[in-house]
Amino acid sequence: MAIAKKALVWGLFAAGGTVSSFLFPFLIALFLLVALGATPEGLQYETIRGFASSWLGKLTVFGVLFLSLWHAAHRLRVVCHDFGIRADGAVAVIVYSLATVGTLLAAWYLLAIS
Amino acid sequence: MSRNPYVRPISKTTWYLRNGRFRIYALREVTCLLVGFYSFLSIFALRALWQGADSWNAFLASQQSTPMVLFHAFALVYFFIYQTVGWFQLAPKAMPLMMGEKKVAASTIVLGHYLVWALVSLFLLWFVGVI
Repeated sequence: MAIAKKALVWGLFAAGGTVSSFLFPFLIALFLLVALGATPEGLQYETIRGFASSWLGKLTVFGVLFLSLWHAAHRLRVVCHDFGIRADGAVAVIVYSLATVGTLLAAWYLLAIS
Repeated sequence: MSRNPYVRPISKTTWYLRNGRFRIYALREVTCLLVGFYSFLSIFALRALWQGADSWNAFLASQQSTPMVLFHAFALVYFFIYQTVGWFQLAPKAMPLMMGEKKVAASTIVLGHYLVWALVSLFLLWFVGVI
């Protein structure tokens, strides 16, 4: 059981690391453009809602957020240990709970956008 | 074996400051905070999108500030150097690739990752209408 759990956590960590490595520079650049007031055409309400209404859009956004959240959660757990917080059980509960909440919220909003 | 071996004292909280390699490791690992931050910021954006056009436009307007411009610019450079580059450097070690009997050179695998990253990013920038 311990091995099966480890494989699951590691699988999500590796998948999330790969997805975020490839896509987050683009995502951060988008937020940078928005902050500069140069919102791209694709982020205008009608366009982005159209994208988020399609099943391809919903699945893509959900997949990226789900994997990234679990990647961040697992890495943060290890970072806490590295920085001297040795209450691994409590840390694990907190970071994985945050990832679960994020995953559920992402799924909820995406399903609700029509 | 000695009954009372000497244990070199190592700080549990600042050990990574002792050595350049450890520092790079720590700088790389904390990119998870950026991944978490941008994931939750995106979820917050989804919430505004779900609430409708007014909320969405208010969200976009709320993001326009000089501190956020500076933060995003810093995050972009930091994330690229420590997460993207770091992850691509590790790829050939994590997934060594065989072509028949021969091992594919590590540099080829890393270069392949940069190429795919550049193509994916260009496609996405075109997709949202930036280029």
